[in-house]
Amino acid sequence: MLDILTLGFLATLLGAAWRLATPLIFASIGEVISERAGVLNIGLEGTMLMGAFCGFAASFATGSIPLGLAAGIAAGMAFGLIFAFFTITVKANQIVVGAAINLLGLGLTAFLFRTYYVSTGRGVDIARPVRIPWLSDLPFFGEALFRQNLIVYSTVLVTVLAVILLYRSSFGLTLRAVGDHPKAVDVAGRSVAAYRYGAVLIGTGLAGLGGAFLTLGHSNQFVEGITSGRGFIALAVVVFARWSPVGAFFVSLLFGLFYALQLQLQAQPMLNIPYQAFQALPYLMTIVALIVVGGKSAAPRKLGTPYDER
Amino acid sequence: MSERPFLRMDNIHKSFGEIIVSAGVTLEVEEGEIHSLLGENGAGKSVLMSILCGILSPNSGQIIYKGRPLNIGSPREAIRHRIGMVHQHFMLVPNLTVAENYVLGQGSPLRLIHDMEKVHARIRELSDRYGLGVRPDAVIEDLSVGEQQRVEILKVLYHGTDLLILDEPTAVLTPQETDRLLDLMRGLVKDGKTVIFISHKLDEVMRVSDRISVMRDCRVVHTTRVADTDPRELARLMVGRDVLMELPRAPADPGDVVLSVEGLSCRNDLGLPALRDIGLQVRRGEIVGVAGVSGNGQTELALAIAGLLPIDSGRLALNGRDITGLSPAEINARAFAHIPEDRHKMGILMPLSLAENAILERYDQPPFAARGMLQRRRIAAHTRDLIARFRIKTPDEEERIANLSGGNQQKLVVARELARDPDFILVSQLTRGIDIGAIEFILQEMLKQRDAGRAILLISTELEELFAICDRILVMFHGQILGEVPADRSRLEEVGLLMAGQKAGHVAQEA
Ligand SMILES: Nc1ncnc2c1ncn2[C@@H]1O[C@H](COP(=O)(O)OP(=O)(O)OP(=O)(O)O)[C@@H](O)[C@H]1O
Ligand SMILES: [Mg+2]
Repeated sequence: MLDILTLGFLATLLGAAWRLATPLIFASIGEVISERAGVLNIGLEGTMLMGAFCGFAASFATGSIPLGLAAGIAAGMAFGLIFAFFTITVKANQIVVGAAINLLGLGLTAFLFRTYYVSTGRGVDIARPVRIPWLSDLPFFGEALFRQNLIVYSTVLVTVLAVILLYRSSFGLTLRAVGDHPKAVDVAGRSVAAYRYGAVLIGTGLAGLGGAFLTLGHSNQFVEGITSGRGFIALAVVVFARWSPVGAFFVSLLFGLFYALQLQLQAQPMLNIPYQAFQALPYLMTIVALIVVGGKSAAPRKLGTPYDER
Repeated sequence: MSERPFLRMDNIHKSFGEIIVSAGVTLEVEEGEIHSLLGENGAGKSVLMSILCGILSPNSGQIIYKGRPLNIGSPREAIRHRIGMVHQHFMLVPNLTVAENYVLGQGSPLRLIHDMEKVHARIRELSDRYGLGVRPDAVIEDLSVGEQQRVEILKVLYHGTDLLILDEPTAVLTPQETDRLLDLMRGLVKDGKTVIFISHKLDEVMRVSDRISVMRDCRVVHTTRVADTDPRELARLMVGRDVLMELPRAPADPGDVVLSVEGLSCRNDLGLPALRDIGLQVRRGEIVGVAGVSGNGQTELALAIAGLLPIDSGRLALNGRDITGLSPAEINARAFAHIPEDRHKMGILMPLSLAENAILERYDQPPFAARGMLQRRRIAAHTRDLIARFRIKTPDEEERIANLSGGNQQKLVVARELARDPDFILVSQLTRGIDIGAIEFILQEMLKQRDAGRAILLISTELEELFAICDRILVMFHGQILGEVPADRSRLEEVGLLMAGQKAGHVAQEA
């Protein structure tokens, strides 16, 4: 019998799903904020890579995980600044700049890693799991779900903060208006550009954090292309989640579940299916999600369009 | 010239690249007056007002407001000085509620929004005070244009204003709504506010203004007290020639039936019954008008005929051939032209050029396309021809249509549809936002089309327009055609009664 159907297996699966969803949650919530302001940043992949590398490098040098995470966020925002300058100030095409960011991220991290770290072969410390009292004592699920590191738990906090920011703050209200009817914001005396810069920086900061999690909270090493498409999957998550942060959290979890399932199924010797088929699962899921949700009905009206104030 | 005017815009110059849109405008407005601004489409009225509220920066000139120079080119400065504007094209964010639109951009961005209840209460109170019927929790995209207009006006009042600018607020309003707006303006002036009012409708302007300024070729050419002028003179000042108030026309000579509608019933997009058992015919060589207070099914009638709204029952035929259930493209291909009521939603594509907009329905057909390629030169020549014939004010045919003034956008839609040499023309709100000179021209053009044997169905809330060119008028009420009246001005009262739902002395039953 396969041990797929036991509760224990399910609990492990869910715990792994949350862990594997963590970088997606950060990146997709960041992208929700950016797209709500009308800026489509397809440069997430490159931005996450940058976050992963810089997080690794900072932690390697200082031995501190918090410093590593901060460096990941800062690196993401640095890429965000480049992206924002070209798309908002220069008003270049967002897709083209985003693609350039991806190539830059991939090339730059590979170059720096090979130059400085590949020969050391050493890793960094990885964030340790923390038990949540009471919750981790729950039968079956407690142990698997509530023995994660703090970065994983913080995804809940980030989701809540994103909801407050978008729907409960004056900043968020204006930000959503910027994505739908920027002229109205201009007329109300606020700078459309400033809000878009803000949204992009928050978005890329979170993407950088998502990247840093990969090297500081998941594996303890940087590997070229370590993000393996998560930046692109985050873009799909946003569509699937209909541009809502809570939606992005749960859709990311769903994708995390597919990553976890893929890993577990690979480990089942009785299933005589090539493991590559399982590896393709999350990506297949992305395509299915995009087809099912399709449409643009929930998309901000000015998504991808530069604002011309004249 | 008064000693210390409330507002003085002095020698304002503004150009977009090569194109001059304000050529040394000087305008004076006194405190507590209703000051109307008249001018042809593209005369520079909206631009001037956008400069006043800081959205556009002029190249030179100064603005003195309440005796002090105004820091030009900053919307915040205008808001701070309590200058409020209702824009010709609304500035409401469609996916937000009324209340959210009102607090947009207010206060510190880091503030949490927690006191929305207070905002709602305040909106309700103001709405009641001015009788505007605005619901604070309504989402903008669910509201009709008339309602959005009231939301915009209340927004300015909500923020508190001493100088209220209304840019063509009545273009989308019914006569009843217009009357209420004019009353509101008078009430605001009594409260000590000053109003600048832009409109193409001379009767409204004559009724409500204290003084009137006329713009022509990007300048103010004349300012006068309303008592010292009359519509004829105003029209001449605007257009530079005498405008015919009454168009000469021969009696109609109707031929074969072109459009026939039988037993048409359908629902609106909320799923409520909108049309009930509509039957009508339009013949070659006649213009049939559809009158009615807006919201009585006219919008749905136009959409259903154009194939844009699924119908529950009934039959539509064009030139004797059944078109029920055909797609809009298939209907269009049968010599069917459509001038829609909301040009921004259906008539034009804002990001495209004039030339691209001029061939929207025919871009894939000869002569504009050959072997799958657009014939740029032919398209340009065709567009230039339309621009010249309809006197559309634009630098050239490559200009983005979004940069044209509202009336000039409408002219392009009309020009495009007539150029398709249709058998049948479906028209909604033909002259929305068009200046009187252009109205005269377009109405004459419609009569020419009629005399050339085309069938025209003209849906309008503008009785003036209907009586000017229609041969007979159908009146809609609650989704039904309540009656038919010959388009003779002596029957005006009859039409009015039908519009109110009264038929031959009886009040119509609400089914
Ligand atoms: N952003 C812009 N870029 C280029 N040209 C513009 C722009 N905005 C307005 N114009 C031009 O400025 C001129 C004046 O436009 P404006 O909108 O002030 O006219 P208007 O008097 O309000 O006309 P209408 O009665 O049709 O609304 C027009 O010729 C228009 O094409
Ligand atoms: Mg205008």
